[in-house]
Amino acid sequence: MSVAEQLENSGQPEKAVERKSKVIGKDITVHYGEKQALFDVNLAIPEHQVTALIGPSGCGKSTFLRCINRMNDVIDGCRVGGELTVDGVDIYRSNIDVVELRARVGMVFQKPNPFPKSIYDNIAYGPRIHGQASGRGEMDEVVETSLRRAGLWDEAKDRLEEPGTSLSGGQQQRLCIARAIAVNPDVILMDEPCSALDPIATARIEELIDELRERFTIVIVTHSMQQAARVSQRTAFFHLGVLVDEGETDQIFTNPKDERTQDYITGRFG
Amino acid sequence: MSERTKQRYAAERRFRLYGLAAIGAAVLVLATLVTSIGIVGMPAFFQTYIKLDVTVDAADVESGRFRQLTFDAVYAFHPEVTDRREKKRLRGIVSSGADREIRLAVADDPSLIGTTFPIWVRSSDDIDIFIKGQVSRDLPQEDRRVKDNEIAWVDGLVEQGRVETRFNFSFFSTGDSREPEQAGIWGAVVGSFFTLCVALAVSFPLGVLAAIYLEEYAPQNRWTDLIEVNINNLAAVPSIVFGLLGLAMFLNFFGMPRSAPVVGGMVLALMTLPTIIIATRAALKAVPPSIREAALGIGASELQVVTHHVVPLAMPGILTGTIIGMAQALGETAPLLMIGMVAFIVDIPQGIFDPSTVLPVQIYIWADSPERAFVAKTSAAILVLLTFLVCMNAIAVMLRKRFERRW
Amino acid sequence: MQISYLVIALLLLTGVSYFWGRRRAVSLAKGEHLVVLHSLPSFHGAYVALWCGLPALLLVALWMILEPQIVEAVVINQLPADRAILAISDPNVFKLLLTDIRNLASGNIVSQTIDPALQAAANSYMRYEAISQQALFLVALSMAIVMGSFARTRLSQRFRARNRVEKIARWAMMTASLIAILTTVGIVLSLIFETIRFFDKVPFDEFLFGLKWSPQMAMREDQVGSSGAFGAIPLFAGTFLITLIAMVVAVPIGLFSAIYMSEYAGPTMRSVVKPALEILAGVPTVVYGFFAALTVAPFFRGAGESLGLDVSSESALAAGVVMGIMIIPFISSLSDDVMNAVPQSLRDGSYALGATQSETIKQVILPAALPGIVGAVLLAVSRAIGETMIVVMAAGLAANLTANPLEAVTTVTVQIATLLVGDQEFDSAKTLAAFALGLVLFVITLCLNMVALRVVRKYREKYD
Repeated sequence: MSVAEQLENSGQPEKAVERKSKVIGKDITVHYGEKQALFDVNLAIPEHQVTALIGPSGCGKSTFLRCINRMNDVIDGCRVGGELTVDGVDIYRSNIDVVELRARVGMVFQKPNPFPKSIYDNIAYGPRIHGQASGRGEMDEVVETSLRRAGLWDEAKDRLEEPGTSLSGGQQQRLCIARAIAVNPDVILMDEPCSALDPIATARIEELIDELRERFTIVIVTHSMQQAARVSQRTAFFHLGVLVDEGETDQIFTNPKDERTQDYITGRFG
Repeated sequence: MSERTKQRYAAERRFRLYGLAAIGAAVLVLATLVTSIGIVGMPAFFQTYIKLDVTVDAADVESGRFRQLTFDAVYAFHPEVTDRREKKRLRGIVSSGADREIRLAVADDPSLIGTTFPIWVRSSDDIDIFIKGQVSRDLPQEDRRVKDNEIAWVDGLVEQGRVETRFNFSFFSTGDSREPEQAGIWGAVVGSFFTLCVALAVSFPLGVLAAIYLEEYAPQNRWTDLIEVNINNLAAVPSIVFGLLGLAMFLNFFGMPRSAPVVGGMVLALMTLPTIIIATRAALKAVPPSIREAALGIGASELQVVTHHVVPLAMPGILTGTIIGMAQALGETAPLLMIGMVAFIVDIPQGIFDPSTVLPVQIYIWADSPERAFVAKTSAAILVLLTFLVCMNAIAVMLRKRFERRW
Repeated sequence: MQISYLVIALLLLTGVSYFWGRRRAVSLAKGEHLVVLHSLPSFHGAYVALWCGLPALLLVALWMILEPQIVEAVVINQLPADRAILAISDPNVFKLLLTDIRNLASGNIVSQTIDPALQAAANSYMRYEAISQQALFLVALSMAIVMGSFARTRLSQRFRARNRVEKIARWAMMTASLIAILTTVGIVLSLIFETIRFFDKVPFDEFLFGLKWSPQMAMREDQVGSSGAFGAIPLFAGTFLITLIAMVVAVPIGLFSAIYMSEYAGPTMRSVVKPALEILAGVPTVVYGFFAALTVAPFFRGAGESLGLDVSSESALAAGVVMGIMIIPFISSLSDDVMNAVPQSLRDGSYALGATQSETIKQVILPAALPGIVGAVLLAVSRAIGETMIVVMAAGLAANLTANPLEAVTTVTVQIATLLVGDQEFDSAKTLAAFALGLVLFVITLCLNMVALRVVRKYREKYD
């Protein structure tokens, strides 16, 4: 199924997108036990862009995000329906190895969660378990590149053996980003990565996200519309488990087609 | 202040007092327990020795007449005693194991053969108690085991400087014996060690694996619930029931050896399993889910999440629980009685299949013995056992304090 | 133990095969990055090691369980018919002979003369045992090597070693978690089988409702009235009496210390008293038993004498009081937890109305914590009923149906212990009675625990 058709299905007929879609969700439903959390979501995520998922809390945006690298598998009683493809491969097929999928689709969490190990080991862990670096020299290189890309190298290069938890909150979050990009994924999922940070650290991360877009496809869940407007090229608005509106960020914020989107971005609820 | 308020404050003070009294009672009891056992047990760490002059010649060594030699040496103190009953009493002031000490001394130094040499041998238990002042001379003769003439003999020996009280090293190096002055706890300590090794080897891996499964893998369903209820109940099943299980299953059904640490260890392992599982689960639960998410998020498999992150972080808690479980196992007696670890065993066990006993059972055996000297031995063994337990608990507390992590 | 050599050899082989598989995985990567492999080399190694070690070790375990029975059966079948019946009916005779033959073979002298037919049987027993052991060595080792090599040939770049190893690990963990259930089943089975045999000999109602307990006579079969008496009521009464005394001591002291500790005590006091209570909780029961017999019982006896009362030296009072002391820390720590779980807001509400601290405790905290405290007391009761060493050392042996705490009574656990320590005949009603008592004990404590745990759980859910 083509991207254009995808977009038609999600009620976005007019604008053809020039970029290739990296992740395509078709009729995604999610149940937590008896409760349905997502209703037939159809969404295509273009390559090398930042796609923001916004909506009031409990709207299913994080649930959708966690479908993309199957982090929902961990939750008891969670069932995912529909078809979700990454690079054209259905990731919910039975012969898909979750571990390999997650090496390609990395994730950054709401609260910075570095391992209680050294900064170096935090970064090196992923390449090590995926067998991506052999020998100390190669690993040093991977660690340095990742830290540089995450903009943390200058702050951390002299304290690589210190525990990751000794860094400040913003630094910890950048460490987590560095950890995610160390395994060289195609897609990075970010689940409200700045919600636990102060404004300065937040600005730093937002800048970083913009830089990372060149190499990675980024999907970010955020509760802040300003942030969505600042960092993303495309925005999808979720409400009560339904994908209400989706499109170019500018268009969503200036000219939303759905009334609920309008109400949300003008601050009438949420 | 109104009358009513005053009454209410009085009630408050009374209530507080009850609380203090309760705590005071508990602490008092603990103090009584420790001091009474300490006072009774302390003398058992010392032993009275008597110096004999023994003449050994080559013929004696060949025929092994050491017993007779010992008797002769004791008779020599009081040649005037000729009555058979009296002579028996006289030689009874030294331990019945004295001949062994002489034999060992000669074997150690063959140049003694053909000479008369002085040697310190253990006194018998009755004399030992008397020397330590635990038998009052004022008692009428019928009420004490040390009679008047024995007192006279011993007093004579004391005057000659032939009586000495020394630290009882052999209490820590020998096995059990029917004679209190020869009995030691080493056999029981080794037995306890083997038993605990088996218990640890069985319960630690099983308990940790089970806890990991229940905490990290198992889906929430009826089956898991059943397992959980089972574990909680097993934690409260009386220990003697585990002994019955060991007797019926391990000994009678599987035909395993009686009195062996391997069976005792397995019974204790089943008993401590709930403790270890519950402690391990608590430790695993304390590891924040964000660590698991972080590892899963970069593509660690379930097993890698567990072995690389969760278990290492939970290790202090797991070890603390395990040590506490092992301390429980070390103090346990009842189930081991059921599987025959209560036999009288003199030899030091060499392995987990040898018949042996354990410290608490040794305490029980001694406490049941009629000889008065065993009362002190029992208390001394209790002091040793309590020392072990306090050390284990101290290690557990230290581990908890040292590695306690707050997220 | 030659089997242990085999096990060590197998473990070594398993270790070697790990590195063997790992090396092959590295070579499969053909010098490229390991990322071309589906799984890390260590998983490949573990996969090969598991195939090498697991089946062989399982085989050894199975052999150890089955082999003696099979060989024994074969040998007994070879015996002349009359002896076979004898050996089957009394396996102890046969085993005794085997031991003698083993001694003979190892050079120890056996004094008694041996029936040639039995000797031949024992000889062939040993021959079979030797043969089967050699066979086991051969089969187990070659199995390990073949399985390991086979697993190694399966390795390839895209081979999903990780998934397979993880599956096995998961199975291992699941099996471990079944141990809890197996233990319970084992307890129930071993108690029930022997109990059924007991009720073949002694009627059910006599056991449960009989007023006379004197099992010792059962040993002498030739005597008149050798059946003994197995009325367990005196035991239940004795257990109840001692438990009651223990609770009278433990509940107030434990509860009041918990109240003081959780509501009044400052940090210094806590830091002293908490460890003291923990030590009290860690003291082995055999020590309490000795304490009861050495100090407490004579004390009560002396006190009784000075008051003109006749106190038995094995009085229920002494055993009960010491058992109560043992249980104090149990009750106090459980109730301490329970009271700490009462939300602060309830306390605040009460203080805001001008209640004093004791009024708050009595009228707000205790009622709120009551279910939890009841649960704690029930658990304590179950512990007191099941406690063995204190009563074995400080309570009496003779069954005595009385409510006078100054007399000696006996308990269920004392009887179990005394019936089973020492010589046993597994078909006498005397030993079987111990299992029947054990079943009663298990059922009663199980019910108490179930109720208590449920109450505590409900309580916790309320405030979580």
